[in-house]
Amino acid sequence: MAVCTRVRLVLIAVALLVFAAAAAPVAAQQPSSVDPNAAAVQEQQLLEQLNRIQGLGTIPDTKSYVIEQPMGRVWRGFHEVWLPWIGGIAVLGMLAVLIIFYLWRGMVRIESGRSGINIVRFSAFERFVHWMTATCFIILALSGLNITFGKHVLLPLIGPSAFSSWSLAAKYAHSLLSFAFTLGVVLIFLMWLSGNILNRVDIQWLKRGGGMVGHDHPPAYRFNAGQKMIYWIVVLGGAAVAVTGYLLMFPFYGTNIADMQIAQGVHGVVAVLFIAVMLAHIYIGTIGMEGAFEAMGEGTVDLNWAKEHHSLWVEQEQARTGAATMQGQRSAMPAE
Amino acid sequence: MARMKFLCDADRCIECNACVTACKNENEVPWGINRRRVVTINDGKPGERSVSMACMHCTDAPCAAVCPVSCFYTTADAVVLHSKDLCIGCGYCFYACPFGAPQYPRVGNFGSRGKMDKCTYCTGGPEADNSAIEYEKYGANRLAQGKLPLCAEMCSTKSLLAGDGEIIAQIYKDRVAKRGYGSGAWGWQTAYRETITS
Repeated sequence: MAVCTRVRLVLIAVALLVFAAAAAPVAAQQPSSVDPNAAAVQEQQLLEQLNRIQGLGTIPDTKSYVIEQPMGRVWRGFHEVWLPWIGGIAVLGMLAVLIIFYLWRGMVRIESGRSGINIVRFSAFERFVHWMTATCFIILALSGLNITFGKHVLLPLIGPSAFSSWSLAAKYAHSLLSFAFTLGVVLIFLMWLSGNILNRVDIQWLKRGGGMVGHDHPPAYRFNAGQKMIYWIVVLGGAAVAVTGYLLMFPFYGTNIADMQIAQGVHGVVAVLFIAVMLAHIYIGTIGMEGAFEAMGEGTVDLNWAKEHHSLWVEQEQARTGAATMQGQRSAMPAE
Repeated sequence: MARMKFLCDADRCIECNACVTACKNENEVPWGINRRRVVTINDGKPGERSVSMACMHCTDAPCAAVCPVSCFYTTADAVVLHSKDLCIGCGYCFYACPFGAPQYPRVGNFGSRGKMDKCTYCTGGPEADNSAIEYEKYGANRLAQGKLPLCAEMCSTKSLLAGDGEIIAQIYKDRVAKRGYGSGAWGWQTAYRETITS
């Protein structure tokens, strides 16, 4: 029994020694003045690194794992300060320029008077595409301007309840009509592409200021340089607003909040500039020039109008359809 | 009147998600929406911290500034609320919010997000206090009953603090002074343009 007890005591002593030896390095790693915060993540540091803080969560909504993204403040500054100023200056500035120009220059007349002979300028399909796109554009423009300017202009006039109802309808119109508008832009791109490639005639046309000043009539094919600019602004601007618009309409499909902020910025700036350019387009197509509206209205223009503004196109048309037809029409007029 | 704020003491948060559950239960939050969530940063690494985040009820709130229909308002207690009757679901508040608070009942394709939903600081909405319609649209109105938001009230480690900004800042300062460390009041600089220095 005594031997047994002694052996047990020795074993316990050995076990204690082994335990102490094993524990010693652990104790050495834990100095008494430990700072459990030393390695802690710091908000300010994380924000400086990425300008956003993201982690891991346990709910299925992975978007919620981003807990802080202060660049929303930058976007807010853009949306509340820069965009209204850019839009206001672009749209109101263009209106002012057009009014001043109209008062100074007046309507550009058909100088040689109407010939009474009409030639076809736009087919029914071309006019349909133009007016579909134009109708959509006007509704999209008004509903879009409402998002930026409505609360400053319309809300005080009609009150919050009516303004919300109108804005909700405008938002749905904006989303749904975008599809017809985009289709229109695609069709415009395809059907008028061949006539809108820049060439040497355009340089001459631009150098002579398009004949807007004075009584000059620089030669042009079917579309002059000014119309080509409108065409490319519609195609490229339309593509820009369509792409950014659809990114916003389908949130988180390949985007995050920061991308959507950029998309909204591009969408807003391109859209207000687009509206300004279209005001000029509407001006020259209506009160700015005699005989211009009927091109998109009835699809035909007066021969003298065409000769003054699109001389090279008239030559092409006469060569294509045969000058005889034209002569025939002319001889149908009372002679002398 | 108090200036109500949230403060999450990340050094105390044990990522139990009880605040998330309490919020959903108290407010009958629609399916798919989490007014509050807990996110762990540097998960599994030394120095990891969990932060419970919801609407911070910002000073000069960006959501209110960008709203195209001005449906936001700030209560006398500085709680940022909105009217679901006026909201058109455009998504602008959610571009502007630094904390990802605004959420929508639908995915939002074709612009049909539905009315925005976010943390109300358990303060309901523009309807009559504690009316059935207020509860249905916005959830509980505990503030009108003299209670604080449930997420903070039931936080087991008292990591999440709600109440008057100066009082909860003082509680946090005392904690930092006593324990000797603190990883800061998360989101305060962004939401309130101030930090708690102890």
